[in-house]
Amino acid sequence: MAVLVIAEHDNASLKDATHKTVTAAAKMGGDIDVLVAGKGIKDVMAAAAKIDGVRAVLGVDHDSLERQLAEAMEVVVVGLMDGYDAVLSPDTTTHKNYMPRVAAKLDVQQISSVTGVESADTFVRPIYAGNAMATVQSTDAKKVVTVRTTAFAAAGEGGSASASDSAANIGDLKSEFVSEELTKSDRPELTAAKTVISGGRGMGSGENFKLLEGIADKLGAAMGASRAAVDAGFVPNDWQVGQTGKSVAPELYIAVGISGAIQHLAGMKDSKVIAAINKDEDAPIFSVADYGLVADLFKALPEFEAELEKAGV
Amino acid sequence: MKVLVPVKRVLDYNVKARVKPDQSGVDLSNVKMSMNPFDEIAVEEAVRLQEAGTATETIVVSIGPAKAQETIRTGLAMGMDRGVHVQTDDDLEPLAVAKILKAVAEAEGADLVITGKQAIDNDYGSTGGMLAALLDWPIGSAANSMSKDGDALTVVKEVDGGLQTVKLQMPALVTTDLRLNEPRYASLPNIMKAKRKPIEAKTPADYGVDTTPRLKTLKVTEPAAREAGIKVEDAAALVDKLKNEAGVL
Ligand SMILES: Cc1cc2nc3c(=O)[nH]c(=O)nc-3n(C[C@H](O)[C@H](O)[C@H](O)COP(=O)(O)OP(=O)(O)OC[C@H]3O[C@@H](n4cnc5c(N)ncnc54)[C@H](O)[C@@H]3O)c2cc1C
Ligand SMILES: Nc1ncnc2c1ncn2[C@@H]1O[C@H](COP(=O)(O)O)[C@@H](O)[C@H]1O
Repeated sequence: MAVLVIAEHDNASLKDATHKTVTAAAKMGGDIDVLVAGKGIKDVMAAAAKIDGVRAVLGVDHDSLERQLAEAMEVVVVGLMDGYDAVLSPDTTTHKNYMPRVAAKLDVQQISSVTGVESADTFVRPIYAGNAMATVQSTDAKKVVTVRTTAFAAAGEGGSASASDSAANIGDLKSEFVSEELTKSDRPELTAAKTVISGGRGMGSGENFKLLEGIADKLGAAMGASRAAVDAGFVPNDWQVGQTGKSVAPELYIAVGISGAIQHLAGMKDSKVIAAINKDEDAPIFSVADYGLVADLFKALPEFEAELEKAGV
Repeated sequence: MKVLVPVKRVLDYNVKARVKPDQSGVDLSNVKMSMNPFDEIAVEEAVRLQEAGTATETIVVSIGPAKAQETIRTGLAMGMDRGVHVQTDDDLEPLAVAKILKAVAEAEGADLVITGKQAIDNDYGSTGGMLAALLDWPIGSAANSMSKDGDALTVVKEVDGGLQTVKLQMPALVTTDLRLNEPRYASLPNIMKAKRKPIEAKTPADYGVDTTPRLKTLKVTEPAAREAGIKVEDAAALVDKLKNEAGVL
């Protein structure tokens, strides 16, 4: 049995989501190869070759793969699947964009956002915003799986897999990349951060998110938000944590002015420790919080920051 | 331009799913069901395209039990022209749904299909991509905004790093994200009017699609529950607990 893992990268560096997907793949048994599809990917390939447990790294370098356009990725991955029994990718937006295309072309049912791998054909995945966990067994000859990376530890580094370039026959595409507007931040990436501090509608404005910044600086935390805060335009869309946004599972998640709707909980309730600040003592967020502070955030946040300072954090 | 919008009837987003004691699935008896919220956004976008004169006809399609008709009526009340109901009591997987939708899109000669980015019940998020591949159409996933210029469709997508703009040749498929628009409420007169709009009745067999599931659900269980936490007095106590008890600072 052979499993193809598709790397998450930005053409310059390999992302941790890849290492986590390798861990999920390892639970299926069999040989693991990593596909790096992109443009100018030498460094990424070299990094992928170091992941423990990887047999080989395949690099496909092509203009259309710089932004991993859906149609181009479909062609590349489907073209490789003769040699594999399964293909796994992280469940980030890049891969969600084309993995269903791969599944359809292979005539298999995709298994999305798995949080557990029981065997080569059996997977656990959350459904209904994480209010139920389904264990499903695939009867398809090949498995197409996306992985909720927060549920798996990162594979270590120390391997020395072979790396080779592979050609791709990508013809004319019916779509093209136009532009990109990426949120700039010096903070850690939301889904990989050890600490996350998120604000909700209770923050009142984008300006007020400054109250979270000082704390995030002290804690080295990533910043997140509820859908309501994003919809209101307080913060960028890619900050949204939840069922239909990003899933996070940091050591510490701090929810401020967030009520705790099921859709929000779906994206953060697997955090190790949860703290919540909310002025409504009945807010549902307190039902998942290890530590709840019932307080007005405008008073509590400056105090919290000062106390962190005092505690030498 | 003909626009096709597939809509799914799902457990209402305000209702917390309850796992059945026999672990066979989620209990859907006597609970409120609604149109998948992402599909409401898709319907709204189609109706706006028609109001702007860009779309010439808007068709809403649902695959599901008899009651899926109500969901189609909701789409019609929001302004869609007519409906197609592919009736089945089986809970079809996205692959089977996509195969049926491909047949519907071809039969209708659709130029644009707008699906939700995910159904909030099974959270697969794969039907749109599968359908695009089966049709060999380009896709704009998780649309934040879209506009048609000439034969092309420009779609601004929500991606993990922010926003990305792509240009698609028509025919094309778009999946909706939450910020694409704010769906309207159907007015009473429009709800009445929708009752007279036609809904064509079909079955999966009409399209010759084999809907045998590919996944066997072995069990459906409750997620691990979190232990009840405590309330702390003030910010100082919170820092103390996080530092000295939880050890996460
Ligand atoms: C299809 C769909 C998908 C969705 N996906 C997501 C998702 O992925 N992520 C997500 O987060 N949501 C999602 N939602 C939205 C979700 O249902 C809730 O509407 C949303 O999470 C609420 O955000 P909130 O908690 O910030 O706002 P609210 O529910 O309005 O809560 C604000 C909280 O702030 C508190 N507050 C106000 N002022 C103060 C103050 N001064 N001090 C302290 N506390 C204060 C209030 O007590 C309240 O609890 C989705 C909804 C749908 C329909
Ligand atoms: N049974 C169905 N009938 C019509 N459309 C559907 C059905 N199932 C899924 N869809 C469409 O596909 C989208 C994504 O669903 P899913 O892949 O199940 O998450 C939904 O938002 C709908 O637009």
